[in-house]
Amino acid sequence: MIIANSHTILSVQGLRASINGTEILKGIDLTVKSGEIHAIMGLNGSGKSTFAKVLAGHSAYEVTGGSIQFADKNLLELPPEERARAGLFLAFQYPIEIPGVANTQFLRLAYNTVQTQRGKEELDPLEFDDFVREKMKLLEMKPDFLDRSVNEGFSGGEKKRNEILQMALLEPKLSILDETDSGLDIDALKIVANGVNRITNKDNATILVTHYQRLLDYIVPDFVHVMQAGRIVMTGGKELALELETRGYDWITANKQPVAGVNA
Amino acid sequence: MSAVLQSLVNQPYKHGFVTDIESDIAPKGLNEEIIRLISAKKNEPEWLLSFRLKAYEKWLTMTAPEWQNVHYPKIDFQDISYYSAPKPKKKLASMDEVDPELLRTFEKLGVPMHERAALAGVAVDVIFDSVSVATTYKQKLAEVGIIFCSISEAVHTHPELIQKYLGSVVPVGDNYFAALNSAVFTDGSFCFIPKGVKCPMDLSTYFRINTEGSGQFERTLIIAEEGASVSYLEGCTAPRFDTNQLHAAVVELIALDNTDIKYSTVQNWYAGDENGVGGIYNFVTKRGLAKGVNSRISWTQVETGSAITWKYPSCILRGDNSVGEFYSVAVTNNYQQADTGTKMIHIGKNTRSTIVSKGITAGHSNSSYRGLVRIAPTAEGARNYSQCDSMLIGDQCGAHTFPYIQVHNNSAKVEHEASTSKIGEDQLFYFSQRGIDAEEAVSMIINGFCKDVFQQLPMEFAVEATKLLSFKLEGSVG
Repeated sequence: MIIANSHTILSVQGLRASINGTEILKGIDLTVKSGEIHAIMGLNGSGKSTFAKVLAGHSAYEVTGGSIQFADKNLLELPPEERARAGLFLAFQYPIEIPGVANTQFLRLAYNTVQTQRGKEELDPLEFDDFVREKMKLLEMKPDFLDRSVNEGFSGGEKKRNEILQMALLEPKLSILDETDSGLDIDALKIVANGVNRITNKDNATILVTHYQRLLDYIVPDFVHVMQAGRIVMTGGKELALELETRGYDWITANKQPVAGVNA
Repeated sequence: MSAVLQSLVNQPYKHGFVTDIESDIAPKGLNEEIIRLISAKKNEPEWLLSFRLKAYEKWLTMTAPEWQNVHYPKIDFQDISYYSAPKPKKKLASMDEVDPELLRTFEKLGVPMHERAALAGVAVDVIFDSVSVATTYKQKLAEVGIIFCSISEAVHTHPELIQKYLGSVVPVGDNYFAALNSAVFTDGSFCFIPKGVKCPMDLSTYFRINTEGSGQFERTLIIAEEGASVSYLEGCTAPRFDTNQLHAAVVELIALDNTDIKYSTVQNWYAGDENGVGGIYNFVTKRGLAKGVNSRISWTQVETGSAITWKYPSCILRGDNSVGEFYSVAVTNNYQQADTGTKMIHIGKNTRSTIVSKGITAGHSNSSYRGLVRIAPTAEGARNYSQCDSMLIGDQCGAHTFPYIQVHNNSAKVEHEASTSKIGEDQLFYFSQRGIDAEEAVSMIINGFCKDVFQQLPMEFAVEATKLLSFKLEGSVG
């Protein structure tokens, strides 16, 4: 939702990044304010996922230019764990399996780390158990999932739900959902979308990285950005997603329009 | 490999100090004269000297094994001192007479040598270089008939037991390093649990190599009579030297009917520096004989030190319904090499064995699991389950698995599972994106990986092992 008196959560200017010497992001500008939901769309290889990982601080990418301001912090100066503790959350496209580490143990450590950062009390295993079970209902998850190893042997849908559960637990200021809809059937998609909608509010913000319009039927964006060759080439409202769905991406390249809207 | 991971794995070895203590050292070299000297120093009976000489004869005809997947320069056996003892060596009536410098050494290492200070209630035998310097709780154990002392002492006080069992599980000519040990062993622990006695406390031996250029050749013998049970712990450290030191031990376990022997090791010898200079060469023969029916022998080992590890704690399951277990975590980093595993020899009916081996490999190190499961024609209904998991940290290390399975009885059931995983940048990124730093992430992943083995360790040991592993691998992931 676009609200009055919103404050800027994320401000990206002229961001350039490369991996192994190949430039992927070629100058990205984006401003995200509290309460807003942004969708970033584009073809494979346009740099969407790279943008998500660079925001989170993945060490494989080298930032070669530009700036990222996150709330009152210069994000580029922070290692990934401090970005997370400051309230930046990335729901992974391919959540990693961690054999031998129980999900509940992992979730509690993550939760307590962030709580400590916010000057709040840590929860002991029993308290945490009650707390996490409540959140799991939101995503219609089975209790046995807590005892299983993190993402190990999870179905695609279970992995994505686990990501959203973590988002619910950590209450981030900014959530970046990287292709969260990929690999989900329609029922799972609804559950995940419903979960996300319950977490979003006027104080936080969300960036959805996606190929397809489908997810945006359930999580309605305030802005849709189209990425191409490492740049945001077009910005519009939610209707832009529908237009992309029917017309594809080719017409954008054919008659590139000036980037409108949210950029500073 | 990221810098964080680098610094995480490569912490200095904290037991690397040398104790300044006057030692009685035999001249370097190995020959009959030296063996006679060792025997004389220890005032040994004639039969033991001939045991040694027989082993030496045998050793001269043997060659060092070359089948293992480790590489090191040829060991010059003439450049090693085979006897080193802290001076003065007199009979000690109590702990209070132990050289204060020695006491300080073991305090530094966290080994409880004062009975009153030993909170855990663990009886400890301490071996410093070639000799046993102290054994705690001897009196208390003697009240229930348990003999726990150094093997040199037992040679004099219980010669009949030593003569009967020494070399009965690992014969003098069993292998190159066992033959060497049999010829020159200097001390070690002896433990005898009589019929029907459940040992009331954990027994522990702590080994320390102090003198540069000396080898350590200890011999441990544990006998559990009918219905007895014991849990035995072994810890080892050594100072940091640029030269390699040889450690060639032999451990023999004898389990009679309805017994339970649990042998746990946390091996933290000096592993050499980050360039692979120095460190202990660890060539050890450990074997248990489940002689009686319904007996159980369980080996648990956490191997973190040594430049080279060559070690296969084994079980000969002769008694019907006997059980053999092997739980192992082997961690290698830098240029360490480990070739370790077990042998489960099923002879009796309905014998069962379990093998759980976890290898963690970092830096430029190399780790191999090598295990033999043999089901003899007589082993009707035998069962084995083996699981070998390897975890790689970084991309310069290697993990290998060499399982040997020989089944000569159709009713046997043998299972083998293996897996290889990797702590990668992506796994750590996942943790860090949830606010968890690399150090904590690595320790969580490693502990999860080793869980099945750690839960076999006695409580205090499990805590120590967990700490040791995080310490050892700090900074190595990436």
